Amino acid sequence: MSRQGRPQDTRKVSGELFSLTYGALVAQLVRDYEKDEEVNQQLDKMGYNIGVRLIEDFFARSQQGRCHDFAQAADVLTKVGFKMFLGVVPTVANWSAKGDEFSLILDQNPLVDFVELPETHQGLLYSNIICGVIRGALEMVQLEVKVWFVQDQLRGSDSTEIRVKFLKKLEDAVPAGED
Amino acid sequence: MTTRGKRAAETLYDKPLSSKGKLEVNLSTYAFLFSEIVQYSHGRVTSLSQLHEKLSDLGKHAGFRMIDVLCLREKTPKRETRLVNHLLYIQKTLWKTLFYKEADRLEQATASESTFYLFEDDPVVNRFISVPKDQSSLNCAAFVAGIIEGFLNGTQFVSYSQHQLQITYWSFP
Repeated sequence: MSRQGRPQDTRKVSGELFSLTYGALVAQLVRDYEKDEEVNQQLDKMGYNIGVRLIEDFFARSQQGRCHDFAQAADVLTKVGFKMFLGVVPTVANWSAKGDEFSLILDQNPLVDFVELPETHQGLLYSNIICGVIRGALEMVQLEVKVWFVQDQLRGSDSTEIRVKFLKKLEDAVPAGED
Repeated sequence: MTTRGKRAAETLYDKPLSSKGKLEVNLSTYAFLFSEIVQYSHGRVTSLSQLHEKLSDLGKHAGFRMIDVLCLREKTPKRETRLVNHLLYIQKTLWKTLFYKEADRLEQATASESTFYLFEDDPVVNRFISVPKDQSSLNCAAFVAGIIEGFLNGTQFVSYSQHQLQITYWSFP
């Protein structure tokens, strides 16, 4: 943490190494837990831990300012965030009438190269770590959101769709005893 | 509903190889993922050697799956049967595909003919890992050692005796 990171450190790793590492992790989780639901929760939790740290890296690299509304946040999330970390830009679509929910449609998902879900694990949300990352990162910028998968290409749907719903804006709590 | 029935008959092997090895991700994305993996494994073991073993198992899972990918990409696929040539293949092609560079050195041990050392000065996985003083023998490059082991096992280079297939991993800070 004390070492100064180079701001434009754009060293890349192979997408295959990334997908295979993630695949090894999911396979290990499936062996460790009995139910798909527990694996999904564990992936979400791990994603959350990643997300709370990832947001700092995001700000260090992009010098992004504060977003004024949820729509702008969605825009920054896809065009800057996803592009920076996964190299893909999902489409933002299906806004709800109140403007507090939207969908991310992913055409390409680098996590699912070489992956096929077996019959016995059709309830597994393979890329659930992404939901956790979004939730963790947005919580660190005072946006509490709920993120879940609507459709998944691995489970037979046409596209991969993640839904993000705004719950509330978090206020920084002042520690007790201070004004 | 009708298209779903048709899709169920298609498997992953029927589709063309989706990535041609061109997709790249940020180093920090990978570092975050790897750190979560280490933390998860760390929480489920009681000793350092178990942690190395867990990381190595994950590496085997990944390494084994690189075999098909590399073979399909070779223009003139030639299966190496001699250990030295095979290790050179690992040093050059496998490393280049995974880490965009070749492994630094491959040396044979003077003491034993079947012991080799593959040197890697800066493993990508260790780049953002800081080791606490009381666990100074922790080396997360056990994951990379697992990749090599998985690759070798899958290409039928496991000998009858455990000692002949020795994986040694080095890293320099």
